[in-house]
Amino acid sequence: MREQDPAVRAKNFEEVACGYHPDDAMREAERCLICPDQPCVSGCPVGINIPGFIQKISEKDLRGAYDILTETSLLPAICGRVCPQENQCEGVCTVGQSLEAVAIGRLERFVGDTAIREGWANIPYIEPNDFKVGIVGSGPAGMACAADMAKAGCDVTVFEAFHQPGGVLKYGIPDFRLPNAVIDAEIGNLRKLGVKFECNTLVGRLFTIEQMVTEMGFHAVFVGVGAGYPTMLGIPGDSLNGVLSANELLTRCNLMRAKEFPSFDTPQPIGKRVVVVGAGNTAMDAMRVSVRLGAEKVYCIYRRSRKEAPARAEEVHHAEQEGVEFNWLTHPVAVLDDGKGNVRGLRCVRMELGEPDASGRRRPVPVEGSEFDFECDLIVYAIGTNANPIMGQTSQLKLNKWGYIDTDEGLATSIAGVFAGGDIVTGAATVIEAMGAGRTAAASMKAYLGIRDSALPYTSGSEKLFGIDLRERNFTRVRVA
Amino acid sequence: MSNFEIVTRENFSDLTYLLEVHHPLMAKAAKPGQFVIVMLSEHGERIPLTIADFDREKGTITLVIQAIGKTTRQMQQECQVGTSLYALVGPMGIPSPISHAKKVICVGGGLGVAPIFPQARGFKEAGAYVIGVVGFRNKDLVFWEDKFRAVCDEFIICTDDGSAGIKGMVTAGILQAIDKHPDIDEVVAIGPPIMMKGCAEATRPFKIKTMVSLNPVMVDGTGMCGGCRVKIGDTVKFACVDGPDFDGHLVDFDDLMTRLKRYTKEERMALDHWEKEKGCRLQKAVDKTIAATDLR
Repeated sequence: MREQDPAVRAKNFEEVACGYHPDDAMREAERCLICPDQPCVSGCPVGINIPGFIQKISEKDLRGAYDILTETSLLPAICGRVCPQENQCEGVCTVGQSLEAVAIGRLERFVGDTAIREGWANIPYIEPNDFKVGIVGSGPAGMACAADMAKAGCDVTVFEAFHQPGGVLKYGIPDFRLPNAVIDAEIGNLRKLGVKFECNTLVGRLFTIEQMVTEMGFHAVFVGVGAGYPTMLGIPGDSLNGVLSANELLTRCNLMRAKEFPSFDTPQPIGKRVVVVGAGNTAMDAMRVSVRLGAEKVYCIYRRSRKEAPARAEEVHHAEQEGVEFNWLTHPVAVLDDGKGNVRGLRCVRMELGEPDASGRRRPVPVEGSEFDFECDLIVYAIGTNANPIMGQTSQLKLNKWGYIDTDEGLATSIAGVFAGGDIVTGAATVIEAMGAGRTAAASMKAYLGIRDSALPYTSGSEKLFGIDLRERNFTRVRVA
Repeated sequence: MSNFEIVTRENFSDLTYLLEVHHPLMAKAAKPGQFVIVMLSEHGERIPLTIADFDREKGTITLVIQAIGKTTRQMQQECQVGTSLYALVGPMGIPSPISHAKKVICVGGGLGVAPIFPQARGFKEAGAYVIGVVGFRNKDLVFWEDKFRAVCDEFIICTDDGSAGIKGMVTAGILQAIDKHPDIDEVVAIGPPIMMKGCAEATRPFKIKTMVSLNPVMVDGTGMCGGCRVKIGDTVKFACVDGPDFDGHLVDFDDLMTRLKRYTKEERMALDHWEKEKGCRLQKAVDKTIAATDLR
């Protein structure tokens, strides 16, 4: 796939990967062996019929490919961009054992983008039932759950605390990785399903989860508020001006459009020499945003080695191309101040890998006497998040010892009718995992409400069942007939 | 009526103004000590403002604002009755713990005078003996005296020049009250950080519990960005979700004041940019009028 030249793209917020030309997509699709084991399908958290949609692409039937994708994937243009395919479908691809794996993510994106451009939307036949469903949080988990419940015929309202819907897709992931236009298009599709979005609504404080169930008439509630609450390092100098969380940097830049300050009112902290601590996807985003905001030098420091870095391989590669300097096996010990409350530098220590720890990764241990200083004026922490406390403060929901919401396997919480999923249950994870959780919760919610789960029997098989088009996916008509 | 519509506006002085905003759900949920985040326009920034009052029957919340930065000045010009805010979210933060204290001093200074009012009323409703202490620069800036007198058993106004009440800062008022009442259980202080620091220092020798409401820089107000982190004793807390009220004797006010200066330069730039734009728009309007006149 064609990409913007690193030197050019480091100065703009346009998308890095330009997307496939139809001929390229066709050529890539033909590389798929349509192998009978379909390891990719089991590698996908939502079980997309991957060989199916790829075959349709090679048959030049893009609408057919889109139909197959939307059977399971709700937001193909988003997932194709942000899923960690190398650990999922592409990681187990049969072709990938000897050659480069089929670029499943890029093909998914190609189909998703085509659908947005052509204005395709698969709106199934929906028979309204009288159930009212409330979704707290409009991020990927909430969007996925909302879509499934709307398709099942429920009256769905999504509540969002920010002034725009989209959650982490909007405030977190930068435009060059996931353009806002793509998110808005997918949210538009949800609206077409009848989903209502209520922004500027801080659930918990404006009204509680309990009030939703008891006073406001919601028959079921899904809580997908994300983890939020960024972790600080807890080293001397943490509170100096110039130290901030990746969440803050990204929210200012992406959602509040601080990169266009002063046309937009929110200011952006600009650093000449920026150090980002951490090596996950959020850290990569923070580095690459800093490059685009005009930093002369951007460093990544991570206490483990490149092999352990949690970011997608492509993101690390892109960051390197754009001039980010990686310092593996390096750990910060103190932020240095300039005497006026600002950051002057970061004192670090070199690490080496010791014995494997609980996560199976080799534990980094400090090398004695290896302390050295980075000269920098902005330090961004991208070292993970803790549970957001608002739900715990305002409801009786049972939490686990880390403050995340306690659920059973079906994602039911301790309150009847209330389900939860995504980062607020598992801790920080990926967009697709959150979407998967949203769908699992939706399935449990349907069971709880006594709605026939029409999605289940239709995931494979013939084009038509009982003479009804597969896209309609609802048993109601069968019952009426 | 659309949400976030401004139903009442009062000007207390050149700088200070009151907005009463329509939001029935929030009026129902709001408790003393909580705050909202406001956006004036789509291009606006998110600014936190403490809720100064709420009327559950009318379905409104009241904000008292000082025009000091770009957004608050723009709001002073543009927020008229009948206009709407672009965004208003809240009530945010943990409500003030209106304790079972029998005798309290509620202290408000500057922009903290308005938000201390619901706390004073809350304590009064809980059956406490309430002493109100409010500080202004001079007599002309005094507002809500009647409202405070209605909920306070004693009310002390302090002015810098002595033109109303006693001459001096609110700490003088606090000391006067402590002198008269040796059995004060709690002091609640809201205002600029330097004033809250002064209050905390004034009560420290008497070991009177002193709660303060912190107002650091925020973006989302939901615990997500960490911009509002403050040092409370040995711990770091987020004012938006862990506060905004904290034990004043544990707050590191110097750290708070340094962090509040983080965007001083940018705030100046935003203000200049806005004034220039405003000038341009005014000039265009004048040109248009002149052109229209010429045609005639």
